[in-house]
Amino acid sequence: MSTFEFDGAGIEFRPGQTIGAALVAAGQVSWRTTRVGGVRRGLFCGIGICFDCLVTVEGEPNQRACLVVAEPGLTVTTQEGTGHEHD
Amino acid sequence: MTRAVIIGAGIVGSACAEALTRRGVEVVVVDRSAVGSGTTSRGEGNILVSDKGPGTELSLAELSRRAWLEVGELIGPSLIELEEKGGLVVAQSRAGLEALARFATGQRAAGVTALDVGDPQVLEPRLAAGLPGAVHYPEDMQVQPVLAAAALLAAALERGATFRTGTDVTAAVRDGDGSLSGIRTADGQVIEADVVVNASGTWGGEVSERLGAPVPVLPRRGFVLVTEPLPPLVRHKVYSADYVDNVGSSDAGLETSCVVEGTRGGTVLIGASRERVGFDTTLSVPVVETLARQAVALFPFLARVNLLRVYRGFRPYCPDHLPVIGPDPRVPGVIHACGHEGAGIGLAAGTGRLVGDYVTGARTHESAGEWAELLPDRFAGPSEQQV
Repeated sequence: MSTFEFDGAGIEFRPGQTIGAALVAAGQVSWRTTRVGGVRRGLFCGIGICFDCLVTVEGEPNQRACLVVAEPGLTVTTQEGTGHEHD
Repeated sequence: MTRAVIIGAGIVGSACAEALTRRGVEVVVVDRSAVGSGTTSRGEGNILVSDKGPGTELSLAELSRRAWLEVGELIGPSLIELEEKGGLVVAQSRAGLEALARFATGQRAAGVTALDVGDPQVLEPRLAAGLPGAVHYPEDMQVQPVLAAAALLAAALERGATFRTGTDVTAAVRDGDGSLSGIRTADGQVIEADVVVNASGTWGGEVSERLGAPVPVLPRRGFVLVTEPLPPLVRHKVYSADYVDNVGSSDAGLETSCVVEGTRGGTVLIGASRERVGFDTTLSVPVVETLARQAVALFPFLARVNLLRVYRGFRPYCPDHLPVIGPDPRVPGVIHACGHEGAGIGLAAGTGRLVGDYVTGARTHESAGEWAELLPDRFAGPSEQQV
């Protein structure tokens, strides 16, 4: 199986699977913290509407994990707050 | 006790409900849908003096600004996200700066605080470099319109007002002498009232016809772009000096002038387009592209920011760009409070005060004074004026 990298660890995925689906299948249910309360978040609606499952992909924050299709070698990282704090 | 039915639970109807219950009037608010479900939830929450030249609308904006601050004290400013953040109007050319400076001079004479800013980046560090100048309006404010409408309505309900959702008004009920005794709803009920307030926003024209006191209110479509949440990078309501010209324009075609502001939630809102296309809700990609391009010209960092979504709404405009506020002599008991175009949030609190005065008799059609220009009579044709 192909893998992408999540916070340094390898995550296996099947062709066509989204980053969010692969993370949940690997037992990872949260991958960002909220902007105000710093609370952990993962999939909620799972269909691109709620913007709860945001994650940083290849350094680009605020990608919806439930919509971005996994690719071999992608670098995915937990997103803290807006993901733009360095700006 | 006077009993008033308010048609519309948008920001204006809710502000009227709060103002009327404060004066001891018995209030029933009706809406065919939910609180703030029309234009109230489709704007940006502007409480502006900056885009208004001297005249009745500016006077109403100043009255309304003070009324909003009092509403903030009543409800708690943070609950409705009321922020005295100030506006910054940015010129993008030398000619634009000269026109803006003339406009600001007139406003200062009318009591507006308008401060010349040589280097706009001092107030907004993320603005593009090299812009020729700006005017800072510290009195401009922002509010979250749906929270504000709900809080105003809740304050009225606490004082004994009632609220009926899913209620479509079909007609005014009149006594033998022609004066109003209530309204009829689509399900055949009659709600008794001494006074009916038409606070139906963009649908105020249609409602006014049903009441037998027609006023011309038409839709002017606008889109707002919403970015991903960001740290606070835009501090003021920042808009291009073109905006003032576009607000007052009567051109039917598409007009766009950039308005950029941050929200408490972190998203940045980008407006403002103006089109007269009826109630067509179709997404226009060219309008979105134009607004985005204009926003990036003001704030280059936005080029790297994702848009999450686009929403649209319909501003209620009257042909002369003034709201219609006051008693309608054609149907005694009908008071209009609609047609605020893009300024309805800002003007709502003051509109509530005026309507309160008219309902209690503290002000009458004859004693409208400085607010006479807002009365519905101004639309009447020659034959109607003789009646």
